[in-house]
Amino acid sequence: RLHGVKFTIRCLVKAEFLRKGLKGITTLSQPTHRMYLTHTDGVSSLQLATELEEDHQKIVGAIKSLQSLGDIVEAEQATSSRWELTAEGSSIVKNGSHEALVFKAVPPGEEGIPQPDLMKATGASGKIGMSKAIQAGWLKVKKEGGVTKLTRTVESIVDTVKKNLEELEKGTSTVEANVINDYKKRKLMQQVTVTSFIVRRGAGFTTTIEKQETELTPELIASGAWKTKKFKPYNFNALGTPLAVGHLHPLLKVRSEFLEIFMEMGFSEMPTNKYIESSFWNFDALFVPQKHPARDDHDTFFLSRPAKTTSVPEDYLERVKKVHSVGDFGSQGYRYEWKREEAEKNVLRTHTTAVSARMLHKLAQEGFKPSKFFSIDKVFRNETLDATHLAEFHQVEGVVCDRNITLGDLLGIIKEFFRRLGIEKVRFKPAYNPYTEPSMEVFAYHPGLKKWVEVGNSGMFRPELLLPMGIPPDVRCHGWGLSLERPTMIRYGIDNIRDLVGPRVDLQMVYNNPLCRLDKH
Amino acid sequence: MPTVNVNRDLLFEKLGQSYSDEEFDELCFQFGIELDDVTTDSNDPKGAVTYKIDIPANRYDLLCLEGLSRALLVFTKKIQAPVYRAVKPGSLIKTVVKASTKNVRPYVVTAVLRDVTLSQSAYDSLIDLQEKLHHNICRKRSLVAIGVHDLDTLSPPFVYSADPPQEINFLPLNQKKSFRGDELMIHYQSDNHIKHYLHLIKDEPLFPVIRDSKGVVLSLPPIINGNHSRVSMGTKNLYFECTATDLTKATIVLDILITMLSEHCNTKFEAELTEVIYEDQDSPCYFPALKYRKEIVKPELVNSVIGINLTPEQMALSLDRMCLKSRVEQSTEASLEVEVPPTRHDVIHAADIIEDVAIAFGYDNIPKTLPATNTIASQVPLNKLTDQLRNSIAQAGFTEALTFSLCSVEDECEKVRHSRDIKEPQLARVANPKTLEFQAARHSLLSGLLKTLQANKKMPLPLKLFEISDVVLLDSSVDTGSRNERRLCAVFYNKSPGFEIIHGLLDRIMLLLEVPCSEAGGYSIRSAEDPTYFEGRCAVVLYNSKVIGRLGVLHPEVLSNFELSMPCSAIEIAIEDFV
Repeated sequence: RLHGVKFTIRCLVKAEFLRKGLKGITTLSQPTHRMYLTHTDGVSSLQLATELEEDHQKIVGAIKSLQSLGDIVEAEQATSSRWELTAEGSSIVKNGSHEALVFKAVPPGEEGIPQPDLMKATGASGKIGMSKAIQAGWLKVKKEGGVTKLTRTVESIVDTVKKNLEELEKGTSTVEANVINDYKKRKLMQQVTVTSFIVRRGAGFTTTIEKQETELTPELIASGAWKTKKFKPYNFNALGTPLAVGHLHPLLKVRSEFLEIFMEMGFSEMPTNKYIESSFWNFDALFVPQKHPARDDHDTFFLSRPAKTTSVPEDYLERVKKVHSVGDFGSQGYRYEWKREEAEKNVLRTHTTAVSARMLHKLAQEGFKPSKFFSIDKVFRNETLDATHLAEFHQVEGVVCDRNITLGDLLGIIKEFFRRLGIEKVRFKPAYNPYTEPSMEVFAYHPGLKKWVEVGNSGMFRPELLLPMGIPPDVRCHGWGLSLERPTMIRYGIDNIRDLVGPRVDLQMVYNNPLCRLDKH
Repeated sequence: MPTVNVNRDLLFEKLGQSYSDEEFDELCFQFGIELDDVTTDSNDPKGAVTYKIDIPANRYDLLCLEGLSRALLVFTKKIQAPVYRAVKPGSLIKTVVKASTKNVRPYVVTAVLRDVTLSQSAYDSLIDLQEKLHHNICRKRSLVAIGVHDLDTLSPPFVYSADPPQEINFLPLNQKKSFRGDELMIHYQSDNHIKHYLHLIKDEPLFPVIRDSKGVVLSLPPIINGNHSRVSMGTKNLYFECTATDLTKATIVLDILITMLSEHCNTKFEAELTEVIYEDQDSPCYFPALKYRKEIVKPELVNSVIGINLTPEQMALSLDRMCLKSRVEQSTEASLEVEVPPTRHDVIHAADIIEDVAIAFGYDNIPKTLPATNTIASQVPLNKLTDQLRNSIAQAGFTEALTFSLCSVEDECEKVRHSRDIKEPQLARVANPKTLEFQAARHSLLSGLLKTLQANKKMPLPLKLFEISDVVLLDSSVDTGSRNERRLCAVFYNKSPGFEIIHGLLDRIMLLLEVPCSEAGGYSIRSAEDPTYFEGRCAVVLYNSKVIGRLGVLHPEVLSNFELSMPCSAIEIAIEDFV
């Protein structure tokens, strides 16, 4: 019965072996032998290799292939050690042992051969072969007129070493252990560890294996063969293949969402493609006094080329100068000496509100009409850099401009805006900003941090800003702003801004970035 | 935003009430200041707790314990805002200003506080408040410098003049020996605190100096006071002098000092008027100003701006809580007469008063409405095209990078094999960069993408990156002398250069833009030489016979400059013509 197991499995392995075309035979040889029912014991892949006279690795391959067909066979890994001939051992099997080679080199008869000649004739085998042959009693040494000669003492010999090694190589050896050890010492043999498999019948054991189709093919569909074919099961635990696709940048995906929210709320985009701005539009037009800390070179990048702005609307400049230096439009002003040179200095814009100022001025010149604007673009600050601050970042800004709109309208629209970002709870803290009054910082409740965090700034533009532009007195103008990076970092759990923006980002992060769904937290 | 550190227990003692950290945080939030941090002094056996409070930059009246607690007491309706007065004494303390000060520090304002009792905390406030004011409104002493002196050690009248440095000799505060004016400039070079102010006068031929009638030096503004008139906790009468380059700011600073510290006078909130006589002017000036200004606001305007409905009386009560005493003026229509005190120099327009009504009402209590402004939205066409192209290029298998608009000059010159002599004059240059990375506005997008490749060499090949963003070009036809240009840049980085891929991307983009491949009225590429690209492997992109950019295989030296080991092809074109 044991033999039965072995036999059927052998047939299967053989069949699979053939099916794989390892011997160049593609036709399937069906085992016709009767199956035996018991399968208590298994058969070793090493044994199969011997029986089938095939390389062990190929047998292992056939077993693996059988396993992949389902549970026809089970295979249990086993390790064993066996003896293997070294290169020297193999050479003995091929050419004979050193002592045999030396013996052959000694001519029969009393004459013998001088030792140097013998050494010359036998090369590498000479020294060891000679001592072994003498030890075995095959040769003897004699001195003749100062010349050492070797002569045979026996007519013929049996090369036992060669014979033993041949047997050991075939694995049919009866050689005793102490002899093997001796061969090991002589480095004729070495012990190697072999990983093999004990093969047993599986639950679905069959001797009629059939080639399983890996995939549905046009031919199978055309011929209708798919109806009878068996298909190799898929491994549903593995992942699919990563696709070669393009990606948009995570921050700009968020920008697109913000853009969509603004568009849904009826805000038109402002042209912000102007990184270099004059201090006039960046500060003075916004009623930021010339000695304000924000205009310090520790905060703002000034330009050495192009250093100055060449033109500013003159009449407007005069009104701005007046409201700053002596006050106007009901304002006390800042009461200082306003300098044109200071206003003409070019800067890298520190906020997109510089563009809003240009837009509002244009609106006043072209005839006021109720407007809602937004922009999302880069701004620049000469600040100390840290994990959350870069010298450039994206500012998001919304502006509403209409007759008789209220602070309540500003709070309401900001609340609505943040609601669309997935932030339900917002509140407002009084704050100071030179160009808005009232001014408010927007705080959002962060459920993760369990506290209120500042998310933006807002306010109603000051009359000192709007009236010199020529905006009608009953028109009020709201603005709010936030950075694009901060909510994005919070949304995706990024701690260092350099992991999000700039050339040092990890592209894998870009590849793995999910859809931007701001309402899904 | 300035931060003040106050001892919590002292603050609560002044407020006459204890708060939990959360309660106090909430009070701050409502009032418009921010409890930024709560720290405990581990060296102090009593474990004194310090509140770090962020103050809005225009509220100089909240920069010390006195002002902060007073404003909160008024806000919580525990006290009425005090009235600050400058009383004219029998004999005015005079300060004469010499014309020699004109070119260095032309203004001085002065005041006297009598009968003060300086506790330790009051003394600390006196020192800290000067420091905060110096740092903020005084713009690091460039606009205003404060000196406070023990009046009883001095002999008025005082003289404010500007003298040659060699002729000024005195014992400065906390020093062991006297220095000449010029020696002081050298002595303080190594003083981490004072050295930052030396530049304000160092190169002037004359140094400003205040002396008393006996020639005792009170101070060498804006650098250091004399040791002779130093204030101690035992000081009873204080003389304040604020020298300035900006008279408005000096007046404000003095008002703040006096309104804050007069709390410690025997007659609270009362200062003694002093006289400042400019040698070359006929009429003297009197300080401290402590001026109350009237502002009239219409209650209906206040309601309409905020979006609430308060009666004029309710409004007046709200403003009282903000230290703005108000009276309802009933004539044909109600109006509010608001008295702006000398502590509130931040109030310069009715808008500031409206804000204070809103703060007292509570921002969170204002009904949140949506503006009825009906508008139809539109996107800037250039940005719309940019977004459409970004999507299409990503669909073509490229990954978007987002790199910096600022760069080093080297990034635009040597690193991409452009001659500095030719390229550098075309760059917009930053005057005050803190590091090399911010020397210029970028002139092309390529360096940014190559840096992105450099940081991602470990990723599987090929790497296909793109960016559509602005570069800055000099343009004298624009008011600022420069303009942005929208560019599209893409790189293909692999074991082989893949010029055909980058070329294919160009063809794809043009197909999407409905631009035919034709020399007339379409696009074409023509062999060109460019130092960034490998010889014979570069072409210019022409659109309507105008060069809009380049594509090609990058020069091996450019690759080495970015530590790249694989070949790379690139394209960069301007896209504004396709809008």
